[in-house]
Amino acid sequence: MPETLSVSIWRGAGDGRFVSYDVPRLQNQTVLDVVTFVQRRLDASLSYRFSCRVGMCGSCAMTVNGRPRWTCRTHVADAATGGRLEIAPLRNLPVIKDLAVDMRDFFDKWAKAGGRFQPTRTRTDDFARIPPTERKRQNADAGIECIGCAICYAACDVVQWKPDYLGPAALNRAWTLINDARDGLGKKRLLLVAGDGGCLSCHSQEGCQEHCPKGLNPTRSIAGLKKAVAVAALKGGL
Amino acid sequence: MNGAKAQTRLWLAQRISAFVLAGCVAVHLVGIIAAQQGGLSAAEIISRVGGNVAWAAFYGVFVVAAAVHAPLGLRTVLAEMTPFRGLWVNAIVLLFALAMLVMGGTAVAGLYRLGSVG
Repeated sequence: MPETLSVSIWRGAGDGRFVSYDVPRLQNQTVLDVVTFVQRRLDASLSYRFSCRVGMCGSCAMTVNGRPRWTCRTHVADAATGGRLEIAPLRNLPVIKDLAVDMRDFFDKWAKAGGRFQPTRTRTDDFARIPPTERKRQNADAGIECIGCAICYAACDVVQWKPDYLGPAALNRAWTLINDARDGLGKKRLLLVAGDGGCLSCHSQEGCQEHCPKGLNPTRSIAGLKKAVAVAALKGGL
Repeated sequence: MNGAKAQTRLWLAQRISAFVLAGCVAVHLVGIIAAQQGGLSAAEIISRVGGNVAWAAFYGVFVVAAAVHAPLGLRTVLAEMTPFRGLWVNAIVLLFALAMLVMGGTAVAGLYRLGSVG
């Protein structure tokens, strides 16, 4: 293992440039450790986001050697090539400064896709009893662990080509709610995710599921949405 | 009908026309290969296919399916790969669809007439 790591980090906004730093190489070092070392020891003006450091909060996603990754759970040993790391902000989102991107578009699209749970019961009602083996519940469970890191959004070429495309995370969220027996938005949500900006634009390139750090498969969720939209349209219910 | 509903119908039209095209292309290819293997001349092919209502109807359906399917694919390509958006894309695609219909229809009608003349 080399003693130092050569790290290039994007500095500035959209019109910035890469700046090189030498960082001591340590055992079990994560990419987030590297960025934190640069910010605390070499250049305090470096901006980046992190919070939990254990892969729960979804705030530390960056582009590492060309791939979108969660940096807190990415070991340098897995990401570095030839002792070099290139760390850039996530693709498909406006850069605020250095490694921090503006996430507003990403989360606004969750709202546009009907990502808010619409309850059908009140606190005085009994609990909904849903067997874990039920097909719809299993569909929801398959996509429910999304941490909103926007890695899938950065990996998606359709987002790049079509800026109004809702993106894999928002559509995956909609799919989990459509399969939630307790949710009451029903066909209205299907209409929100149909159309040119919705699930019908997905090319099934599977960049989202290839890069999802939680191992989710948004492409499968979007395929489910397409089928649901098609069936509803053919039955005249859309 | 709002935008999302109309766009969903266009998407469905492209999928359904793809099913139709799959059948049409298969029949067309089998026809070509059979004619080639059988050593038929162009005149012999026209004498069998031309003037035949069933073949004219088949190729008519083929043309309509292609004129629905290809322009809708072009619509996606234009929206994703060029600066054209909204009405411009739809106008270009509509012209393309009409051109395909006219050219394909002319070809089918021409083949039918050739057979009738013979």
